[in-house]
Amino acid sequence: MADLRITGLHKYYGSVHAVRGVDLEIPAGEFAVLVGQSGCGKSTLLRTIAGLEDADAGTIQIAGAVVNDEAPRNRDIAMVFQNYALYPYMTVYDNIAFGLRARKTPAAEIDAKVKQAARTLAIAHLLERFPRQLSGGQLQRVAIGRAIVRNARLYLFDEPLSNLDAQLRDEMRGEIKRLHQELGRTMIYVTHDQIEAMTMADRIVLLRDGRIEQQGTPLDLYEKPATRYVAGFLGSPAMNFVDAELAFADDGAQVRVPDGPVLGLPAARVQRLVGRPAGPVVLGLRPEHVGHASADASRPGVARHVAAIELVQPTGARSYATFRLGAAAVVAELHAHDVSQPGERVELAIDMNRAVLIDPSTDRVIP
Amino acid sequence: MKIRARRRLALVLRTGAAVALTLAFLFPIYWLFMISFKTPDEIFAYPPKWWPGQINFANYAVLFKDGDATTVWNSLVIAGVSTLVSMFLGSLAAYSLARFRTGGEHLANWIISQRMVPPIAIVFPIFLLYVWLGWVDTYVGLILLYSAFNLPYVIWMMRGFILDIPPALEEAALVDGYTRWQVLWKVVFPMCRAGLFATAIFTFVFAWNEFLFALVLTRTEVATYTVQVTHYFGGQSNFWAKISAMSVLGTLPVFVVVAFMQRYLVRGISLGAVKG
Repeated sequence: MADLRITGLHKYYGSVHAVRGVDLEIPAGEFAVLVGQSGCGKSTLLRTIAGLEDADAGTIQIAGAVVNDEAPRNRDIAMVFQNYALYPYMTVYDNIAFGLRARKTPAAEIDAKVKQAARTLAIAHLLERFPRQLSGGQLQRVAIGRAIVRNARLYLFDEPLSNLDAQLRDEMRGEIKRLHQELGRTMIYVTHDQIEAMTMADRIVLLRDGRIEQQGTPLDLYEKPATRYVAGFLGSPAMNFVDAELAFADDGAQVRVPDGPVLGLPAARVQRLVGRPAGPVVLGLRPEHVGHASADASRPGVARHVAAIELVQPTGARSYATFRLGAAAVVAELHAHDVSQPGERVELAIDMNRAVLIDPSTDRVIP
Repeated sequence: MKIRARRRLALVLRTGAAVALTLAFLFPIYWLFMISFKTPDEIFAYPPKWWPGQINFANYAVLFKDGDATTVWNSLVIAGVSTLVSMFLGSLAAYSLARFRTGGEHLANWIISQRMVPPIAIVFPIFLLYVWLGWVDTYVGLILLYSAFNLPYVIWMMRGFILDIPPALEEAALVDGYTRWQVLWKVVFPMCRAGLFATAIFTFVFAWNEFLFALVLTRTEVATYTVQVTHYFGGQSNFWAKISAMSVLGTLPVFVVVAFMQRYLVRGISLGAVKG
């Protein structure tokens, strides 16, 4: 059964239409990540689920019950906030126990739960300290501890890692994912960081302008984006987009890049294009699908193209090289030793089996 | 070397100026206390006597024997209760303004503008109203009036302190199982404790020092000490001994309050200053 079911949800802030008709179902035990740029409505959606904002239209069901008119405390949820929301005048222990005390839990049970949570999060030695005496990572652990002692139906995370530095963020990312595996609870996690979404989610819900642009497993969204927006949002470095023409010839179909190469499409791809008119198309190429020709043995569907490298960005094992495909700058992911410096001419292998074709009039991906 | 000497000189000058200023401010209070212990002869002695021949409490004894000292009690009741009333109502109103944007953007400004009404403009209408209500010379009359007068100030100050509390602290408590009222007690008030105390002190001191309304609206039953002091200024002569003893009695409670609450007072003032 779905732990959370949202139907036709709308939310306005004055004249701003922040959430525009969201339908969403999160099964029990799932880790769902709401992701999108700032202002896409993801935090508003989460806050509406929590009951911190009222829904203007639509229903929210938690564990089968409509909760639209329930106060936050009656929704059986626990929440972790971006700025930790710890009480400066209470010790770590009291902060973690705060929610249990609201529910009149017996003192012995509170004590057991707080200590258990503290052990799980490796903060048992900090229980008598005050928040001002802790580092950012420790504060975030306490905030998570306050949520997990609460045996709630739904755990909500509102950008919990965005105040941490990069290294701590990586560490806490793993920690939260581990917690999810151990506790097996339904968690909904809001972030603007597509890497967090990719690495943590069972399901990514990608929001744009208050609507769900696409949802599915991380790999689904990565490999089969439904729109240009999704294709461009996920992946780092981002997908390359090249304006081109789709043309049909006797022996198949091609993508013709103005002032650039003609890239043949593989037979399997051509079959799915039957009935489509020729015309403008946007070619989407992920950097890892553009490689060095020598590294990529000749395979069907792989087009070759010689280009001068304009910019090289080494990252260690791989280097990102920028070159021109027609007028567009395209980033290729190469082995670090396949390219040495700008100006070098390299034969590139473009894997057209993985290329995405987008209809420029609708910005939707051509299936 | 030269720089160090110059710094030392600056320090000496600064300290000297501070001491001089402090003495200038403290002297009238010192003089007030001294007069209250003096005999009539000593009060008018020339050249003035800096120290009374002996500490004598006769001036105070008269005040207690004649019952004049009860006016200090009246002041305590009126200022104390009106502070509690205006702090309670004002804090709730401030919370509503800060968190629910009650009345839109401008209600808060309108409320503080009420503080700018010159009391003299409304004292007689209020007097007539109070005559009609039968509230002249009653506790309830002055308590309500001072509460109403202090409300704008309390609302304005507390609204600022509440706005400084991150909303997520309250939201976390709401999610964790508390009601709005519990959130007020467990989160909001503890978070702005310094502001609460500072505002309460200013509110108390205002009511304590108020003179105009007390003069017009009291007779004998609930006259405050500020009114009582004026009774000692006579057409023929001024009762300096009583004036000073009464003034000392009127100063002590505020002195005690501020002494105990100084920590909050300073923080409250500086918080307000930063908010601007």
